[in-house]
Amino acid sequence: MSKKLTIALAGNPNSGKTTVFNNLTGARQHVGNYPGVTVEKKEGTLRYRDYEINVVDLPGIYSLTAYSIDELVARNFVVEEKPDVVIDIIDSSNLERNLYLATQFMELGVPLVLAFNMYDLAQKQGVNVDKNRLSQLLGCPIVFTVATKKQGMDELLNEAINLAEGETKLKRTTVGYGREIEEEVRKIEEVLLKDRSLMQKYPSRWLAVKSLENDTEVIKEVKENVYSGEILGQVERSAKHLEGIFGDSLEAIIADRRYGFISGACSETVRKTYEVRHTISDKIDKILVNRILGLPIFLGLMWLVFKFTFKLSEPLMGWVEAGQEALGNLFSGMLPEGSALQSLVVDGIIGGVGSVLVFVPIIFLLFLAIAVLEDSGYMARAAFIMDRLMHKIGLHGRSFIPMLLGFGCNLPAIMATRTIEDRRDRLVTILVNPFISCGARLPVYALFIGAFFPQEKAGSVLFSLYLLGMAVAILMAKLFRKYLFKGEASPFVMELPPYRIPTIKGLFIHMWERGVVYLKKAGTIIFFGCILIWFLSNFPWNPRYSKDYDALIQQAQVNEQLVVQLESEKAFEKLEKSYAGKLGRTIAPIFKPLGFGDWKISVGLVGGFVAKEIVVGTLGTLYSVGEADEESESLRQILQEERRPDGNKLYSPLVAYALMVFVLLYMPCVATIAVIKRETNSWKWPFFAAFYTTAIAWIIAFVVYQGGRLVGLGI
Amino acid sequence: MRGGLLPLTMVVPGREVTLISIASGRGLRARLTDMGLFEGMKLKVIHSHRPGPCIILVGGTRLILGHGMAQKILVKEE
Repeated sequence: MSKKLTIALAGNPNSGKTTVFNNLTGARQHVGNYPGVTVEKKEGTLRYRDYEINVVDLPGIYSLTAYSIDELVARNFVVEEKPDVVIDIIDSSNLERNLYLATQFMELGVPLVLAFNMYDLAQKQGVNVDKNRLSQLLGCPIVFTVATKKQGMDELLNEAINLAEGETKLKRTTVGYGREIEEEVRKIEEVLLKDRSLMQKYPSRWLAVKSLENDTEVIKEVKENVYSGEILGQVERSAKHLEGIFGDSLEAIIADRRYGFISGACSETVRKTYEVRHTISDKIDKILVNRILGLPIFLGLMWLVFKFTFKLSEPLMGWVEAGQEALGNLFSGMLPEGSALQSLVVDGIIGGVGSVLVFVPIIFLLFLAIAVLEDSGYMARAAFIMDRLMHKIGLHGRSFIPMLLGFGCNLPAIMATRTIEDRRDRLVTILVNPFISCGARLPVYALFIGAFFPQEKAGSVLFSLYLLGMAVAILMAKLFRKYLFKGEASPFVMELPPYRIPTIKGLFIHMWERGVVYLKKAGTIIFFGCILIWFLSNFPWNPRYSKDYDALIQQAQVNEQLVVQLESEKAFEKLEKSYAGKLGRTIAPIFKPLGFGDWKISVGLVGGFVAKEIVVGTLGTLYSVGEADEESESLRQILQEERRPDGNKLYSPLVAYALMVFVLLYMPCVATIAVIKRETNSWKWPFFAAFYTTAIAWIIAFVVYQGGRLVGLGI
Repeated sequence: MRGGLLPLTMVVPGREVTLISIASGRGLRARLTDMGLFEGMKLKVIHSHRPGPCIILVGGTRLILGHGMAQKILVKEE
């Protein structure tokens, strides 16, 4: 039987941790280039020697102070789950800062292996490390790795196993804080030792140092115990005493000692032959983050992204459409004509899901473009460039990354707000995120833009919708900041990774991972949504018709034209009398002032609560049901011909635009609502988000439509 | 050449400076320390979008600092 082992991977953001994780487990997952992309707990397994190893990828962190959610997550995992080994991935070209985290793991007393990653780069920059000597000084094994070239991975695993088996002959060391502090640490430890339950969980020295550092989480933990009064009393006395001696805050002194310890160890063992300079990245940055050029370049890049997505996906969409049609024909031939089963399979399932799948190319290409921005390191620059603007609305550059991710999907975007430390900033960023037009809304735009706008205007119309979404998000953020979450903007600090050339493999993995989320949605939520909508629009299966169509059709056998007309009338009446027809009719008046008070689109919009792309799927289902003849016409053409009861065309470009504006802004999809609930940990905010976004959508679509009519933009 | 103390926001890009003090609350100061930014550290301002954020090089890493942050960091020019 194989032995089990748990390894946790820790490290600063941008240390190459995720690449190591991928190398070890072969798991496919996202590698972003900006700090804090790995917020989820990621696990993978591998077999090595006679071990079955479980690898956990912790969030990228700078320290164990529990200042942000990421740090708390990482710390709690290490403290509570007690992994057999922690591997700390260290960026070799910035040893001293990266080792700061290592000193805290040492203090926590966890079995630690240090991976000096990107060692090739560091060597090029003239860094040379005396590995044996340094690992003695730090009391833990060191392995040189180059994760991008898969170098040092076996050695890393060997060291981890040796450490877990107790074969490593290294004396544990820990940071010395100097006589005065050590004395107080000892005093606190003495009191702490009385508390058995606390001692079972944490090493006493770590607790003592952390409470001197005034770590809020540790203090909270201590407060819950019997001896809290005694312990906290001692901590307070010690802190006062020490601050009296040093005349500075204790955290600063403790941090200073840690850095002192590191630089002491490094000065003996690390040789730097020349100074580090990131010349290439800096040269690129001279242009890309330039005061004047930065913003136009950023906007230009964004525009290119949309252009690229739209242009390239056009032919691909055609292929998917053709495949869907062929499949529909195949099944309708195989199943009994006119039966509910045939209708379910052909119209409900293939028709509904198919019209969503058509947009897979566009969404994958958008994710590909976003992956290029992320992996190249441009995303962090965008945050820098946007900081000044974001500041004006009371947020800062860091909130901008979730906004950008929102263009792909609001779910990962809202999850990415975890790196925002300030709660108010975080809530504002979450609440306005649904206005950022996600990939799921693209199908709706693509359908209506394709139907009602000439090819050469398509790009600009699409771009204007994205801009509108951003504008509304900005405006709402400003209002929230002013009235709902008052207070000063929180400080902004973020690491800027060097530029990297993205690898083709990496890009495709990232595109695939995010795209799969969309595919899964199409496979589950949208699938059931489409079936539900199919049911609503087909039942009651045999309504009470105003005429006896079957008899009339029988009589008219010879007159083919009349038969077609009768069948079409029958289908329409059936739809009208279905549950969906009734529902649509009930709510359609709400949309009348917006120009699209039509029951079919109303049903579509209701379906959009399940997922925005269902709007398209529903229209596909509704209209194919309405068609008497089997000759499948493209949805776009049907929409162009769709008329109001008075005979005028239902959709003009203006109505189509108002509709797209409404779809852009109204209630976030169920999945987004669920994520907001999870991230804010209350039902208040998801409900609030659902309500206020819909209200705003109605108001703005109203202004667009009525305003457009006033200036004479269509009837 | 000797210079006096000045906030980081006023440093001309390209200049190397020494960090003298961070005038902010405990939490923020601890955060910056964790990221390798503390008293006595040498840093170089690479870009500055006054009155916006700036980019500094410190110990091999580049950090973006918001304007409010940079204002609280007092440095001394070399």
